[in-house]
Amino acid sequence: MKSLLTGGEAIAEAMRQIDVDVVPVYPITPQTPIIQTYAKFVADGRAHAELVDVESEHSAMSAAIGAALAGARTVTATSSQGLALMAEVVYIAASMRAPIVMALGNRALSGPINIHCDHSDSMLIRDSGVVQLFAENAQEAYDLMLVAPRIAEHPDVLLPVLVCLDGFTITHAAEPVELVPDADVRRLVGPYALPHPVLDTRDPGTHGPFAMPDHYFELRRQQAAALEAAQIALGAAADALERIAGRRVGAVDPYRIDGADKVVVALGSTAGTIKDTVDELRAEGERVGVLRICSFRPFPSAEIANALHGVDTVIALDRADSPGGTPALHAELAAALYGSGSQLRGHVYGLGGRDLHPEDICRIFAGREAAYAGVRGEPCPA
Amino acid sequence: MPELTPWQKLPAAGRTTPGSAPQPATGGWRTGVKPMVDLDACVNCLLCWLYCPDSAITLDGTTFTGFDERFCKGCELCAVVCPTGAISMVEEER
Repeated sequence: MKSLLTGGEAIAEAMRQIDVDVVPVYPITPQTPIIQTYAKFVADGRAHAELVDVESEHSAMSAAIGAALAGARTVTATSSQGLALMAEVVYIAASMRAPIVMALGNRALSGPINIHCDHSDSMLIRDSGVVQLFAENAQEAYDLMLVAPRIAEHPDVLLPVLVCLDGFTITHAAEPVELVPDADVRRLVGPYALPHPVLDTRDPGTHGPFAMPDHYFELRRQQAAALEAAQIALGAAADALERIAGRRVGAVDPYRIDGADKVVVALGSTAGTIKDTVDELRAEGERVGVLRICSFRPFPSAEIANALHGVDTVIALDRADSPGGTPALHAELAAALYGSGSQLRGHVYGLGGRDLHPEDICRIFAGREAAYAGVRGEPCPA
Repeated sequence: MPELTPWQKLPAAGRTTPGSAPQPATGGWRTGVKPMVDLDACVNCLLCWLYCPDSAITLDGTTFTGFDERFCKGCELCAVVCPTGAISMVEEER
């Protein structure tokens, strides 16, 4: 049965079902409805987690590390400036291999101050060593939240997993969402099992030790291996989800790319608009498609190169800029497609919640849109 | 120096367990002075044992017996807190 839920509510339902023990969190738009809904579940006795009202996001992630390493399944959520304040501790969570699950309601970083969607917050922690999965809609946000503990807690991974959902477009818009029965989710995620919980007095150890030049590099190398393992864990978790729900999640989501001359590559909710536009253009005989990337970290380069093999033109759509450089998705695609023969171009779009309309996407496919797509005053190619 | 461990064999996140340091004998860092005791003056109050930051005071049950030079760093805290002046610091040959 489907329920009419916002993405935020769907995430809260998933948090209730995945048997969370501790939720240290600080409110921020557009993450607030996630925590508001979940706090109501706790108040109503429908969820048993310890909600920790911390004084900042820096504290939220610090508390999350302590809880996760103590032996509690731990979830937090934030957006934009909250993630910026948390960033220092996100790196530490990854390096301490704390399997924290986090929902990120993607929102533009200040300034100017803005509350609407772009992916600049995610890209701020691009290299922190956490897994970053981008949802296309409320259903996928829910599904990713169900598989996130399996990836985070996999013994070869043990890393924070971020489920990224576009602010307002997904967090606040109500959509039909198919929920999995509680008992099936419990079986999917299983009990929280950490190899060496801090509170196990029979197995004492020091977590997060100082590492000098003779060890720091090796421990960073371990994190790279853990992210590689996350790619395999995502595949296994997707299989498990399919068995109970009949739906899959995947590192990449190709849509009508067979025989396509031009393929747009994008993250998040915009891919939905692009899919509709692709349907319209295909009906007119255009050979176009879209490759949505769900797993931005780890970045499935080989899978992408394979999916795009033989495509004439690949178009990267970045919803975060890299002033003075190449935006993150564009740069990743340039590396993944190097030597493939495909032409690659890129556009930055949608900063601060600017909509990307089907007619904009048509112009992008046609090569008649500026590098900064949709910015007033930007000259477009003829 | 023992051979360093490849990244694959290090514990995840560098978690360390008690007593796993390859060179635990930190007394090698000693400042150049070490404690000596006059057992006739010792009243076995064990203040030195309480204060020693390196657990370098040795006991036989609850009776003071001396210092563990593998760990003593020569900080002089024991000599300072000793109420009877039984502990003094002496220079040592390095």
